[in-house]
Amino acid sequence: MKLLSLIVVCLTGGLLLYGTADLPDWGDPNAPASLHLSNYYIENAVRDTQVPNLVTAVLADYRSVDTMFETAVVFCAGLACFLLLRDFTPKKDHYYRHVPTGVILHVKNPDRQVIVGNEFEDIDKEWLPPDTIIKTVCRMLIPFIQIYALYVVAHGDFSPGGGFQGGVIFGSSLILLAISYNLKYLLKRVSEKFLGILSAAGVLVYMGIGVVAMVLGGNFLDYEKYAPIFGEHHIRALGMLGVEIGVGMAVTAVMVIIYINIVSEGKHDEGL
Amino acid sequence: MYWPIDLIILIFVIVCALAAIYVKDLLGTAVLFGAYSFMMCLLWAIMGAVDVAFTEASVGAGVSTVFFVAAVFRTSRRTKD
Repeated sequence: MKLLSLIVVCLTGGLLLYGTADLPDWGDPNAPASLHLSNYYIENAVRDTQVPNLVTAVLADYRSVDTMFETAVVFCAGLACFLLLRDFTPKKDHYYRHVPTGVILHVKNPDRQVIVGNEFEDIDKEWLPPDTIIKTVCRMLIPFIQIYALYVVAHGDFSPGGGFQGGVIFGSSLILLAISYNLKYLLKRVSEKFLGILSAAGVLVYMGIGVVAMVLGGNFLDYEKYAPIFGEHHIRALGMLGVEIGVGMAVTAVMVIIYINIVSEGKHDEGL
Repeated sequence: MYWPIDLIILIFVIVCALAAIYVKDLLGTAVLFGAYSFMMCLLWAIMGAVDVAFTEASVGAGVSTVFFVAAVFRTSRRTKD
């Protein structure tokens, strides 16, 4: 069986390599991709959209409907993760730690629970004493990561980056919070309901910008129609920024939703 | 253009990919896969596709590694084959 799979893998790889021999060389000016549309984008994108980053101009303006459905795909990934993994049955075993003495109570009866307050804290099954160095370093790093994520979202049209990357960085800063403290600490600050609403709101912001452009008398996602409200100056760049913010919101929420559901097996109580 | 750097990174990519297949420890595989993504990110950057490199660094090397580690945390750490 192992030999058979090896043969299949080698055969597929060989076929793929054979196929790539027909592809045009890297940077070939006569490649089909650089003969038609690319030239138009390179020559006219800055004049059309006033955005120096051509990749963002293509993704968020010329091909914005495509990007809208990519955002919808990310949203669907989060939704699928939620529907597959989320487990609403309450857990039977509870662990409580008496803070002054360090004694750990294991309560097996789900009806009897210890009141969590100053004396007792609710802990995970695999509980480790909190590490001061990790906590301090992460607490100092997380604000900078988040500011950088916002920078990436806001400068998507001037430098590499954009909603997807910024959203992923913002989401990973929240995941870092869950890793360095614990999952309960994250869920106390960012509730599941908030994440769900944020992921849907991101897609809604994107589509809303498109629909409002239609209401104002243009095509779907035609940012020029916002000119009477926001002014002529850099109106397409501004529209792209709005769209990127929507993408960033959706991606941030979906990354955290996927992480929480995977790491706690859908129970949302304990995990890394 | 920078063909020695290109070649070295390409060799690292292949080494990481092969190591990720043969290592029995799944946590190590997740980390090797992150290293693979990071090398791919460098390759994109050399080819001038900075946006793709950025996406690869944040999604491939960053978040997907965390997802793999989370999945390993909830399943078994050793693979049998």
